[in-house]
Order: sequence, then C-alpha cells, then structure tokens
Amino acid sequence: MKRLVRAIALLVCMVIQGHLSQPAVADAVDDSLAGFASTSYADIEKAVAALAATGDPAATAILAALADGRLAYTADKAVFIKNEDGTLLTARTGEPLAGEAPFGLKPVKVNNKVRRAVDAAMGQLTLSSTDPAQRLASAEAAFHAPDPAQLAPIEAALAKETDPRIKTELEQARAAMILAKADASDNDKVAAIAILAARGDQDAKSFLNAAANQGSGRVAEAANAALAKIDRTLAMWSAAQSFYYGLSLGSVLLLAAIGLAITFGVMGVINMAHGEMVMLGAYTTFVVQEAIRNHAPFLFDYSLLIATPLAFLVAGGVGMAIERTVIRYLYGRPLETLLATFGLSLFLQQAVRSIFGPTNLEVGNPSWMSGAFDLGGLTLTYNRMWIIVFAFVVFTVLMLVLRRTSLGLQMRAVTQNRRMAAAMGIRTAWVDTLTFGLGSGVAGIAGVALSQIDNVSPNLGQSYIIDSFMVVVFGGVGNLWGTLVGALALGVANKVLEPVAGAVLGKIVVLVLLVLFIQRKPRGLFPQKGRAVES
Amino acid sequence: MVSSTKFKALSGALMLTAAGMALAPAASAEDTIKVGILHSLSGTMAISETTLKDVMLMLIDEQNKKGGLLGKKLEAVVVDPASDWPLFAEKAKQLLEVDKVAAVFGCWTSVSRKSVLPVFEQDNGILFYPVQYEGEESSKNVFYTGAAPNQQAIPAVDYLMKEEGVERWVLEGTDYVYPRTTNKILEAYLKAKGVKPDDIMVNYTPFGFSDWQTEVSKIKEFGGAGKKTAVVSTVNGDANVPFYKELGNQGVKATDIPVVAFSVGEEELAGLDTKPLVGHLAAWNYFMSGETPENKAFIDKWHAFIKSDKRTTNDPMEAHYIGFNMWVKAVEMAGTTDTDAVADAMIGVSVPNLSGGYSAMLPNHHITKPVLIGEIQADGQLNTVWQTSGLVPGDEWSDYLEESKDLISDWRKPLSCGNFNVKTGKCGGEVATQ
Repeated sequence: MKRLVRAIALLVCMVIQGHLSQPAVADAVDDSLAGFASTSYADIEKAVAALAATGDPAATAILAALADGRLAYTADKAVFIKNEDGTLLTARTGEPLAGEAPFGLKPVKVNNKVRRAVDAAMGQLTLSSTDPAQRLASAEAAFHAPDPAQLAPIEAALAKETDPRIKTELEQARAAMILAKADASDNDKVAAIAILAARGDQDAKSFLNAAANQGSGRVAEAANAALAKIDRTLAMWSAAQSFYYGLSLGSVLLLAAIGLAITFGVMGVINMAHGEMVMLGAYTTFVVQEAIRNHAPFLFDYSLLIATPLAFLVAGGVGMAIERTVIRYLYGRPLETLLATFGLSLFLQQAVRSIFGPTNLEVGNPSWMSGAFDLGGLTLTYNRMWIIVFAFVVFTVLMLVLRRTSLGLQMRAVTQNRRMAAAMGIRTAWVDTLTFGLGSGVAGIAGVALSQIDNVSPNLGQSYIIDSFMVVVFGGVGNLWGTLVGALALGVANKVLEPVAGAVLGKIVVLVLLVLFIQRKPRGLFPQKGRAVES
Repeated sequence: MVSSTKFKALSGALMLTAAGMALAPAASAEDTIKVGILHSLSGTMAISETTLKDVMLMLIDEQNKKGGLLGKKLEAVVVDPASDWPLFAEKAKQLLEVDKVAAVFGCWTSVSRKSVLPVFEQDNGILFYPVQYEGEESSKNVFYTGAAPNQQAIPAVDYLMKEEGVERWVLEGTDYVYPRTTNKILEAYLKAKGVKPDDIMVNYTPFGFSDWQTEVSKIKEFGGAGKKTAVVSTVNGDANVPFYKELGNQGVKATDIPVVAFSVGEEELAGLDTKPLVGHLAAWNYFMSGETPENKAFIDKWHAFIKSDKRTTNDPMEAHYIGFNMWVKAVEMAGTTDTDAVADAMIGVSVPNLSGGYSAMLPNHHITKPVLIGEIQADGQLNTVWQTSGLVPGDEWSDYLEESKDLISDWRKPLSCGNFNVKTGKCGGEVATQ
C-alpha cells in the first residue's frame, strides 16, 4: 500500500516536472539515461539501444562520451558528461553544471559489447547527418556490423545519397545486411554477393565466407565463385604486401646498421656498444617528448623533428668521448676493442637503467605517424612508411657527407692510407674521432626512428647489434652501398620466408643462407678492392 | 579503522622496542632470519624483476616494523642473477649454502625456475615462485603463488567463448616453454569444447620479436573467415610493445578481433600509448584498479616505499605479497624456520589477497585465486569486466593433456608425492619431465 502511494506521488511529480521543463519525449530519453547508472553491462547495452531509438539530438554527444569513458553517474541516477578539461555537463541538456561536482560520481563502465552497441547506435544516428564525413563513417560502421533490422533506414539513406563514395559504401552495407538476413530471396542474395565481390577485400571475404557456409545451393555457389576470384587477387596483393614488409624491415636494418657501417666498416672498430648509441637516441626522443608534453604540448607533432638533431648530437658526443678515452688506445687490437666496447655497452645500459629505471618508457607516435591507409589491397601503416623514407634520406645525406664534403674526403683518405694522409697534413687522430662521432650520431638518429616501433628500454640496443653486424658483413665491410643492398636483401628474404616458414624458422633459414654465402664470398656482397685492403 | 591500525602499529613498535631491549646485548648476524631475493637486476629480465625485488624489500621492511618474526629481525639477502639462467642456479646455491637463508623469493621465467629446481631439492630450501606459468610441475621445495593454466588461460578462453561468442582462435606466443605448454593445453581444451582444428591457428615468434607486420596481417586474414575471432597471446616481455603498436596501427580493434594476453600487465602497458588498444583484454588474478581496501593500502605503501606515485602494481607483486604473508604465518605456526616444518605448516595456510577474499595454500603447493578478466583502458589501467564467482584452486597437472591427466600432487604425509598417478597408484619418481 505504502509503495503504491509512493509510486503515485512519484508519477505525479514526474508529470508536473515534465510539464514544467521538457516536452513529452524527454521521458524516453530520461528513462534510457537512467539505464546508464548501472554496474551491469547488459543494462548499459540496453540503455544505448534505447537512447539511440529516441533519436534525440543529445544522444550523439552522450554516446560519444560513453565510448571515450567520459560519461559518469551519481547514486541518484543523474548522468553527466565529463569534458576533456574536467568540467561537467548535464547529459540531458548539454548545459554546463554550475557549482561543485556532485558527490560519488562514478564513470559508466564500458566493455566490448557496449562499445559495439555504441558503434551501431552511432551509425544509426549519424546516417542522416549533413556532414558527408559523418555519413561515410556511419555507412562504414553499418557495413562492419550489419544488422538486418537496419535495412529500411539504410535503403532510405541510399535513395537520398548523392555522394558516390558514400553511395557505394551504403550499397555494400545493404548487401552485407541482405546476406545476414535469413528470409531474403536468393535473387537478392546473389545480387548482394556481386556487390561484395566487387569490393574484393578482406572484409568482403568474411561476409562471403559466411554466405558460402550457410546459404542455399545457388547462393553458396555464387559466393564460392566470388571467393575464388577475390582469393586470386588477394594472393597477388599479398605477394606485394610481403615485399613491402621486407622493404620496411630492410629499412629498419639499414638504419640500425648504417652507423656501424661507418665505425666498423670504414674504421674497422668492432663496436659492441653500437646498439647503446641507438638506445641513447631513443632515450633522447623520450626526453624531448617529455619536455614537450610538460611545456609545449602543441609542438608534439614536431617532437621527432626536434629530437633528430639532438639525438645525433647526444649519441655523437658520447661516441666521440668513447673514442677519445678508450678506443684510440686500442686501434689495431680488435680483441681488446671488442671486450672494451662490450664492457662499455653494459656500462651504458646500466647507467640508463639507473637514471630512467628498468621499465619501458612511453614514446608516443605523432599523429602523422599513427594509423594506416589502404593502397589497392595493401594496408600500409604510416609509421613504417615514414621510416622507409627516413632511412633513405639518412642514407643519402650520409653518402653526400662522405662524397662531397672535405670531412668525407679526409675520412676516406685516412681509412685508405693512414700514413699518406698524415703526410698530406691531415690530423688523422682528429679525423678518427670525428668519424666515430659521425657513426655514433647516425646510430642515435636511428634510435629516434626505432623509438616509434620498438620498446624504449635499456635493452633496445641489444636486439639490434647482431642484426647490424650481419648486415655490414653481408653487404661488404667498408662499403655503404653494400650496407644498403645487404639490409634490404635480408629484410625482403626474411619477410618472404616468414609467411611460408613461420617467424622462427624463417630467421634460421636466413641465417643459414647467410653463413653459406659468407663461406663462398668472405668479403660480402661488395668487397673493397685495392692495396689498402690487401695489405 | 584507521585508529585501530595506528594502534596496532604503535603497539607493534612498542613490542619491537621491548624485544630490541631484551635482545640488544646478543644482537648479531645470528639473530636475524635471512630471506633470499633471487631476481634479475640487470639484463633483459630486469625490466620485470627489479620491481619484485623492491616489493620484497618493502614487505620485509614492513614485517620488521611489526616486530620481525619469532622475535628476530628479517634480513634481506639480494643477489643478481643477471637474466642468465645458469647463474640463477649458482646464485641459488650461494643463497642456500653460504648465506643459509630461510626462504627464497624469486625467479620469473620458467627457464630460470627449472634451472634452480635441482639446487632447491638438493639443499632442501624453500622457493616462492610468483609468476603465472605453464603448470606440469610440483616440487616439494617450491610454492607456486602465480597462476596455473586453469587459473588464467582456461577462464579467459571461457570468457571469450561465452561473452564474446568467439569461434575462431589464434594462439600467438613467444617460442619457449610457457607459451608452448599453455597453447598445448588450450588447443586440447578448445578441441574438447568442439572447436574444429581449422579454426585454430598456432603461431610462434622469437624472443624480443619486433617486426609484427606479417603476423598481424596474418591474424587479420585469419579473422576474415566470417566467424568471430580472438587472439590468445602468450607473447612475452619486450615483444608486446611492438605487437600492440602494430595492432593499433593496422586498425585491429578490440570490437572486431579482441586480443587476450596472459603476460601483459600494468607494467608492460606503462610503455605504451594505450588509446588504440582500449578494449583488448588481459587475464590475471589481480589488477591495480581493484577497489578493495587491502589493495588501496598496498598501493599507498608501495608508492611511499618507492617514492613515486606513478609506479604501477601488478599481479606477480600480489603473488609475492600473498607468498610472503603465507610464509610468515607458517613460520609462526611452526615456531621455527626449518624447511620441513615450515613446508608442512604451509599447507592450509590462508591469508588475504588483494582482490578481496582469502587465498589458501593447497596440498599441491599451488594456491587458490580469483580469476579476473580486464579490459585495457585509455589510462593504461585494466578494468575488471568479469570475475570468477569464487576462488579457483590451482591445478598443477592439466586435465586436458594426455600425459598428465591422471597425475595429482599431494605433499601431505603420508602421500608426499608431486606426481602421483591415480590410475597406476604409483608415485612417478622425483620430478616428472614434460
């Protein structure tokens, strides 16, 4: 009895309130909003669908906030949107909340199911948006999560759409929905298969596979034919993809090895601390990003451009210091150099571990290095693509320094005939220091690039040192072109073998081939010729 | 609540002074109980293990503030096995034979545990092993406080099957004993659940693998077969960061192909921009985001001890917390630090864990734990989305493998056997090989 009275009182209150502030539709929105004030994912999922069904203009902002984890609720079921800057908006009205933040504010929990529901709901809500980009996103969302119940709105949107790109995407979404619909006619399904076959990518394949598994005779036949056709084109693209991945791995190897090609290849110093120079470059990037985050966040996208010269200076400086204090006393004694530089590498690792701690540090990708784009059937990631470009730029600049500057001339003169160079008035000791500094500096630059794809931890260098030596020895000691060809050849060989033999076996096969090759040609791909080498 | 803790601390301090006064004249190295810490502080594993050394120092320090153990102070003996497996055995020998420690807390990888095992059995020492592992082992001298496969891998697969409706599975791992055994168990388990062999792809990569382009595109291709696909990742340590970066960049979203990882915790995520990874999963027995008062207190103590409130806590740290408290309790019960007496007293000891509830030591030297599935959040934390309703007892010999399904382990007398075969009724010998 008491309950009934209370419920009636509540109802009366609500009706009065509704009359005073909001039109009648508000009830449905408020009801769905109350659903967010729950710890059960099922409730939240239902609330998302209910909110989307109201079609209320506030829904888009609320769902976006939910997906970002910025939606919060209090114990009395009031729901708020948290802005990036920490201010609160009342979810229902979108108006800023005056005064103190309410007590006991808890974020609405999200899991993958809720996220999928949000994606689908957003697709529904933005289908008729005036912004073509939003419509395209919505059509894509509908394609990725085809819900046969949405067929009617998609068809309505299709009739209205004028942008050809969005139209194609909508047609494909419609086709995916028809395939997912149990009671669609075979004719419709076969037509849908033709549309998806024209799309011809991995996603289309996934729907066609489903159709081939479940459809009736005619539908399955059409799906299988379409699949066979897609498979043929995809196989071609996948060969291209492997080659591109090889190029990308090769460019990373090139970056890691090119500094070593100078210190080991040109100077003949077996520099085990080379990897640590790479690591120093990566840590410089971290320090630069940290400074930018704290003092000038708007510069973040330029952080790598700022870090590159600094990494060169830091690693080059450390390299020169090492040459002056250790290595110059050890010229001509390769075993001692090996041990001394190995010791140095441990020293540098532990030093970095003591300063920055043993854990991985976060080096962010600037926005122009995040994500991927599609080129035909290839998916190219921006960070890998820029690293390929970067590796070639570094290589070209280094080549120019060695060929076109007086420092490069002196370096080559000293390595070819030290005594003659000294007789010509070149300060050979100084040139040695500069050469070692240049090699180390280039390794530092490599560290900037590697920080984008690998761990920034004290062990970063160790994982590259063996590969670097491999590249330099394979390419031919003392020849930068050899390093370039060697790096790319090893990269491509690795990546072509990987899909066939698996990553572990692929690497072993490459190593065995490399050993056999060195057996036949001990001086590598491009051996140096002349008296300086022979003596 | 606060005042009672304070009171306890105060009375503890008083007792400590009293004990200190009583023992003061005789105080020498003989009057401490030594605790060995065997974690790599340099080399590749230092990234994970240094934290565990620190948490052990914190726990020992705290116990000493409470008055020590059996009226004696605890003394930490820290050695550095430098991520070098044979060195682990040498350092373990040193701890047991030269330093004569009462118990050792240490090791991270299964390789290192296997390397020290003969030393502990020969010198009759006690080892607490805090990391999740592949099972298929039970030693009289080792207490496994990390998760066995049935406390991590199998519940995670169950979750994906039930909640996400996954039908196709990629088992992606680093090429060594833990992923290989875990994947063997999972494959057997999945097949027992009716998954077709075509719907399982097993893939291994070398340690420290950094170029994931081909692997990730393979996963995408495998996922494009029209069935819901998930990746079960036993990828270890440093290889995870480039793996997740590649996933993020190639646009593999958690809503399409979720990745559930068994070796990725808060510590590993600290080196990553986690925004593209939101929604990928991890299965552990502890998350830093857990909202129990015990966990809050533990995190506060940790931050105060390490003097940084940015440091994360993780599952193996909790395992050491549980292991250490169990050992303290067992020593108090036994009244001595003698290995056999403590090992007997250990079985049945139950202490609070940090996820709410009590963990107990089982006769097979494994413990009971809750299993949590968490989703990666934008701030690098893991948010619990699912939890087993009760505690799961650790199962050392997997029921899903032909060679171990008949084996059990029970270290209580009179059985005292690590690999008892229930079919033949015989104890299989010393340490069963896999």
